[in-house]
Amino acid sequence: MSLSVMGGAFSYRKDMPLLQDVCFDVGAGEVLAILGPNGVGKTTLVKCLLGFLPWQSGETTLDGKPLREYRGRTLWQRVAYVPQARQPAFSYRAEDMVLLGRSPYLGDLSLPGKRDRELALEAMELTGITHLIGKSCDRLSGGELQLVLIARALAAQPDHLVLDEPESGLDFRNQLVVLDLIQRLSREKNLTVVLNTHYPDHALRTADKALLLFGGGTYQFGRTSAILTEEHLRALFGVDIAVWNARVKEKDYAAVIPLEILDGKENERWTRP
Amino acid sequence: MDQCRKFHFWMAVLAALILLGSLLALCLGQFRIAPERVLRELFVESGADNVHTTVFNIRLPRIGMALLAGAGLAASGAAFQSLFANPLATPDTLGVANGASFGAALGLLLGGGAAEVQGLALVFGAAAVLLVFAVTRGMGERRPSMLLVILAGMVISSLFSALVSLVKYVADPQDVLPVITFWLMGRLSGVTRASMLLSVPLIAAGTLLIYLLRFRLNALSLSEEEAMALGVDLRRLRALVIAAAAMTTAAVVSVCGVIGWVGLLIPHIARMAFGNDNRRVVPFSILAGALFLLVVDTVARCVSAAEIPVSILTSVIGAPVFILLLRKTGGLRI
Repeated sequence: MSLSVMGGAFSYRKDMPLLQDVCFDVGAGEVLAILGPNGVGKTTLVKCLLGFLPWQSGETTLDGKPLREYRGRTLWQRVAYVPQARQPAFSYRAEDMVLLGRSPYLGDLSLPGKRDRELALEAMELTGITHLIGKSCDRLSGGELQLVLIARALAAQPDHLVLDEPESGLDFRNQLVVLDLIQRLSREKNLTVVLNTHYPDHALRTADKALLLFGGGTYQFGRTSAILTEEHLRALFGVDIAVWNARVKEKDYAAVIPLEILDGKENERWTRP
Repeated sequence: MDQCRKFHFWMAVLAALILLGSLLALCLGQFRIAPERVLRELFVESGADNVHTTVFNIRLPRIGMALLAGAGLAASGAAFQSLFANPLATPDTLGVANGASFGAALGLLLGGGAAEVQGLALVFGAAAVLLVFAVTRGMGERRPSMLLVILAGMVISSLFSALVSLVKYVADPQDVLPVITFWLMGRLSGVTRASMLLSVPLIAAGTLLIYLLRFRLNALSLSEEEAMALGVDLRRLRALVIAAAAMTTAAVVSVCGVIGWVGLLIPHIARMAFGNDNRRVVPFSILAGALFLLVVDTVARCVSAAEIPVSILTSVIGAPVFILLLRKTGGLRI
């Protein structure tokens, strides 16, 4: 079970390549973090990865089979997507929102049945949000809504989970709740996870692999420990950075400490690693 | 599951009220008939007198049409609100009502009979939707955004509204203009068995399709990517919903003229009562819409010797009811 991209390219304007010859793969139970500054194409990469936007060249494959060869709903029974948490135009009750995750198994004219409701409830138990049953989504906090959306994705019993900035806009505790959940899902349920994030700390904490988008079509991909170096992070964000490793209560942690903003010239030096 | 029981209770209440209201509507009117006489006429034996004519040829078709039109408009409104992810969408958001109005006005101007007027209304109602599709074709990355479709709908709608004004402008103010004006305000007095023959299957099919798609409508109201990731075939589903709602609306307008408010008011009453889940909004809207238009039409033909246009009454009755509900529930759950 693996999700991979071979030679993916995309640009909104011809003269400004955004993604170029992107190649990466992520296997069962692995977590891939996509990192990069604002506007560098992280969300676009996720959209292309899932086929919401068409790759201009290259393709995404799931278990070696191109995504477009999966017919209709079958793809979405295996790959689930968690969008950035935003309040929808019409809000539904939390349990109804999660139940929508069963849609890939239902025809246009059918309704979810008892089994679907059970699986939705299981997904809510897994994400620890059964106390939200009966609450309308517009009454939920950002963290709660994010967990509802993750539960909705899990209700489809996928083996791949793709999340677009799942922890952005959440408070300190909720960020950890989401990150720990992602880690648990990958370890215990053997789920393959791809997530966008702004925070190198989060990538260091949860991800096995990392993909850094530098803009202008350049990127770096590899194991997190090898890729998330001080040098790369400096180039990525244009910020002087120190990565500190610490051992607390028998566990290893890495902390990213921003030191100072690098000026344009120095920044330039780093943009092409 | 308390919410579930409440929903079923109200559905049963609505169904009972519709049955009772229909019976009452058969009795009421300028020519009153005793309820037992109506029941006898319906179920035991029918005479060949004017009671028979009134019940079977005048009131029954009209009541049937009122129920169906109300159900269809309310369901279409609910469907469009989900499709456009916009609580202010109505069945005529894509210009169907104005297109059909123009067709009907043109038919009246040309001195056509009921069948020609109905036919032209259906043709131009369909033309309005097709124009919206044509205008938005090829726009956007892969498919036009729903905002573009709404904007195109507004443009087409105002185009047809201008054409309606043009027809009214050139119409003879002595005889044709009043007919057109009255027609545009909506009325069910023109309903005959013949006019129902074409419109009933269209309205019934459109409403049924929306009813069957009700769970999918929930996914459709989310963002495009979310809907796609839930396995929704956006292109097909949008086309289906638009076709169903447009067919229903055009068929209603072709027989009854323009009936405003039902498509906005009724789904919102459902939303206020049961939340936004279309598994409840759509069925409730169908029954409540039917009952609402039945009541409005019965009032329209009973309060005075000259009929009151339906659109005036839907607003006069609808607005206070809506405000009352708004105050009671503390707003829409949107």
